Amino acid sequence: MEFLLSTDPANVPRWLMLHAIAVFSFLYLPIAVLILYSFNGQGVGGFPPHHLTLNWYRILFADGPIWDSVLNSLQVAFAAMAISLIFGVPAALALDRAHFPGKAFFRRLVLLPLILPGIITGLSLLMLFNITGTKLSLITIMLGHGTALISVATTEVFAGLQKLDRAQEEASLDLGANYWQTFWRITVPNLKLSIIGAALLIFTLSMDEIAVSFFLIGRDNTLPLEIWGRLRRGITPEINAVSTIIFAFSLITIVLWYSLRRRSALGTDVGMELVESSNRDAN
Amino acid sequence: MFSRAYKTVVTVPPLVWVTVFLLLPYLLMFCYSFWSVSPEQAIVHSWNLENYKELIQKTVYWQTLLRSMGIAVRVMIFSLLLGYPLAYFLSFCAGKRKDLLYQVVIIPLWVSYLVRAYAWKTILGSDGVLNTLLQYGHLTRHPLDFLLYSPFAVVLTLTHIYTPFTFLPIYAALEHIPRNLVEASHDLGATPAQTFWKVVFPLSIPGVIAGATFAFVLSLGDFLAPLLLGGPSGIMISNIVVSLFGAAYNWPLGAAISLAMLVIVVGLLFLSERLEKKWSFS
Repeated sequence: MEFLLSTDPANVPRWLMLHAIAVFSFLYLPIAVLILYSFNGQGVGGFPPHHLTLNWYRILFADGPIWDSVLNSLQVAFAAMAISLIFGVPAALALDRAHFPGKAFFRRLVLLPLILPGIITGLSLLMLFNITGTKLSLITIMLGHGTALISVATTEVFAGLQKLDRAQEEASLDLGANYWQTFWRITVPNLKLSIIGAALLIFTLSMDEIAVSFFLIGRDNTLPLEIWGRLRRGITPEINAVSTIIFAFSLITIVLWYSLRRRSALGTDVGMELVESSNRDAN
Repeated sequence: MFSRAYKTVVTVPPLVWVTVFLLLPYLLMFCYSFWSVSPEQAIVHSWNLENYKELIQKTVYWQTLLRSMGIAVRVMIFSLLLGYPLAYFLSFCAGKRKDLLYQVVIIPLWVSYLVRAYAWKTILGSDGVLNTLLQYGHLTRHPLDFLLYSPFAVVLTLTHIYTPFTFLPIYAALEHIPRNLVEASHDLGATPAQTFWKVVFPLSIPGVIAGATFAFVLSLGDFLAPLLLGGPSGIMISNIVVSLFGAAYNWPLGAAISLAMLVIVVGLLFLSERLEKKWSFS
């Protein structure tokens, strides 16, 4: 018993604790190295790091192409967010409430980009754009991200719908509100956290996405592709600096999201919901 | 309670969008795999099985596919070995710090994939952090050159990236185990090891299967880590596809390989679905 349900550190088997510490170190070692060497005057590599400097950040802030690509990525992320919510939220409602032929197939199809290697989604879209003569640009990337990430919006909102009390919607309809009013005044406010959670997740995933973008890129780079291009030419601590800044922003997003969640009793965990609902769908 | 019009409005737009931007492209990939390329580098829309013949006859393709599956299996095993005990530790032993530690596992997922792969490159390189550290401590005289540009580097990096993905479903499965089952097992005289192997582990199998599938499928299709850290011996099947769609310009053959990959992945998803169902007690 002590072994299994113990909350007292003294009773936890030592190897289990050491294993956990080892895994945490493994997960954080590259991140620590990344941040540390963004301040290293000698470039990336070499031990111990010395000549600590902010020079790489200075170079980064003066680097036009990087900031252009950040702007491009932001546009793509917002567009992807819009597309996947506009189609993903109704898709969740449809899966929850409507019956139509091919529903099971539709559900699997929507979820597929989430588990499929990005290269397959990227290439198949490339073929579509090629055969329809669509010129590759940021717009094709937006369409790609938007489509692939519908899966995230749908799983999140579908999970939220399972907890929704339909009586409220019913009451609204009985009291004479139409479906449109009921949707905006009852359904959406009740799903607020699922929708915000999905939006944040879609935004972050899109900002970081590279496998789909890799094939749909036109003339303008997104940030990950800009970084990719530079990595192929050689490594510089400027990349560490920009990565450190992105990491800091991601951390702020997570903290914001959790403080938002904590204020609401309806809170759900985005990542967990995603995994659980994909498991549920698999069953 | 929902009218026909409501159902139509929520169903049709996503259905149309998903058909145009997901189903159609996948079907197109299927069509492409039966086409060919003319000597003038134009796509010839005549149906034939040449690409699939080439896929079977040229050893380089299926050998690379096998090697990629080997790498994916190793990543899967290491992610399970790292992720399962961690999930168990959090779920059963972490007490009040559980939620905090859960976040600590998730946070690396928010760091760009590319950036983490790059960080490993700076650690493993011949004048990288690890090699200079080893020489600084006089443990080695010369840089170890097997660290970077090898399948080892690819497996290490992909394991780092997919361990949290493997952890998540296992943790979810462990959290769903009713604690009174564990207590009952103990009260009935089972040793901790017996309780683990006869109660906890069997109930966590659906999570293990889901986690293993994530790790295998996602690493099978990876092409960035091999390009960045793999070197010639770490080339994976997706790298061949990328070159067929780029410089080698043979989209139909690339489509055939992608389709083979798609079939393997979808087959595995079905298999893991079956297995999860078989092992779920709820």
